[in-house]
Amino acid sequence: MSTPAEAAIDEICVVACAEAFRGDGEILCNPIGTVPIVGGRLARATFEPDLAYTDTVSVLPANDFPVGDPDAPKVVESWVPYRTVFDIVWSGRRHVMMGASQIDQWGNQNIAAIGDFRQPKAQLLGLRGAPGNLLNHTTSYWVPNHSTRSFVAAVDVVSGPGYDRMRELGAPGNRYHEVRRVVSNLGVFDFQTGDNRMRIVSVHPGVTVEQVVEATGFDLAGTDEAARTRLPTDEELHLIREVLDPAGARKAEFR
Amino acid sequence: MLERARLAVWGRLRAPAIVAAMADKRMTEDEVVAELKDGMTIGIGGWGSRRKPMSLVRAILRSGLKDLTVVAYGGPDIGLLCAAGKLRRAVYGFVSLDSIPLEPHFRQARQSGAIEFTELDEGAFYLGLLAAAHRVPFYPTRAGLGSDMLAMNPELRTVRSPYDDGEELVAIPAFKLDAALVHMNRADAAGNGQFLGPDLYFDDLFAMAADKTYLSAEKIVATESLLDEGPVHTLRISRLFTDGVVEAPRGAHFTECPPDYGRDEAFQREYAATARDPEAWGSFRSAYLDAPSHGEYLKALEARP
Repeated sequence: MSTPAEAAIDEICVVACAEAFRGDGEILCNPIGTVPIVGGRLARATFEPDLAYTDTVSVLPANDFPVGDPDAPKVVESWVPYRTVFDIVWSGRRHVMMGASQIDQWGNQNIAAIGDFRQPKAQLLGLRGAPGNLLNHTTSYWVPNHSTRSFVAAVDVVSGPGYDRMRELGAPGNRYHEVRRVVSNLGVFDFQTGDNRMRIVSVHPGVTVEQVVEATGFDLAGTDEAARTRLPTDEELHLIREVLDPAGARKAEFR
Repeated sequence: MLERARLAVWGRLRAPAIVAAMADKRMTEDEVVAELKDGMTIGIGGWGSRRKPMSLVRAILRSGLKDLTVVAYGGPDIGLLCAAGKLRRAVYGFVSLDSIPLEPHFRQARQSGAIEFTELDEGAFYLGLLAAAHRVPFYPTRAGLGSDMLAMNPELRTVRSPYDDGEELVAIPAFKLDAALVHMNRADAAGNGQFLGPDLYFDDLFAMAADKTYLSAEKIVATESLLDEGPVHTLRISRLFTDGVVEAPRGAHFTECPPDYGRDEAFQREYAATARDPEAWGSFRSAYLDAPSHGEYLKALEARP
């Protein structure tokens, strides 16, 4: 069996994504992107066994199964077509982990377009479900390419609104909004400051706080007290490598 | 299984009199398109590159129709209509080819400013269909508050709860559709549609939201055979909401239509590559899109290297 000393950056990020779901209990864990998907499955296989889990088409599988294998056997516990997914979004019993082409210090996320949305320089995914997700349940983000191009002073389009927009909206509309965690290839971030600005929780092993600051297009809180991201346990490494992602699909997001 | 078997037998015993009483709505793709007009708002069922009524979309492409508004959880339907210059406006929750996340022809149309657009949260889009299906002017939602959805769509209004909470919500207006196009796995000639895959998507709402709904199906079967391949829960499109039925085997190609077939990924890659190269678009168009009927299209597919 592998030892924690051998953990690679992709495995450290998988565990950091899993940690975002800690304490969630019996809700729909809905990660998007390979590293978050392996992370969500890892959380349920270890410390959050009550999570219901989806990243796939139309069903909730109750067993641990490998990413990227459409033929992997699934123990189906429920039918969740897209219409039901929206119903669950609005019920609030969901925690989504999305990507972000751009994110700012208040947690505003852009996956819609680069440039002016009226005629963008680059049309990206569009708003997708971000506007509704943020207003209804907990959201986290995964950004595999931490740089001043992704961690920006101001996003071009707000798909998922952050804390400044929610302060402006006020109660009661903002009551279900929570940006729990941002995980990048450099560190882990949250918004647990008095004014809900992005704060460094931890830097990954081998990464310095200075590197993170340099790769970020705004002032980060918490630079004096950043911890080191924890390493995977032996059990977690075994699950990642042998059960949840034996083909190593997670590594493709680090390029 | 017991329930299914019982219903099927019950259906067979009672079927002949019922079938005889129902209108036969069978028609061809070109007959459907002949009922559409320039400037219409047309809803298209399916989701991304999944169970799209592609034989009907191609019939639009080879018609003279123009200035259309298309309403869809978009995939290659919106991409092809953009590439062929058929659209004035696209109304969408997203436009994606699934295995290719960004629809390349749609991207080009957005980046060149060739089309007007209404981009909504995916769930809000569902409510626009639901409002039209239920004939109410809007459904309220929190989706859109605080994001740029309202800035992107200045015609959207908010509404305040008349109850004590007084909460302000976004009023998603009903998507009134002149016509809807959906593709099912099976249908009968009267227009009862059946999905056999894992997700109906929102096809029943498209049918209910539209003045006229045209349903294509992999296979038209006798009404008494509708329960042969799936349980009663799969009969989700009622003839109450359909006006025409087209038999179109592989009618969703190259999008997926499980359990009948999966997505033709090689063909989809070829389609996507045509966005980078006008010459490739021209030859793709003449090889596949200009085929004068769905039958000729299937022959062109068979002749592929």
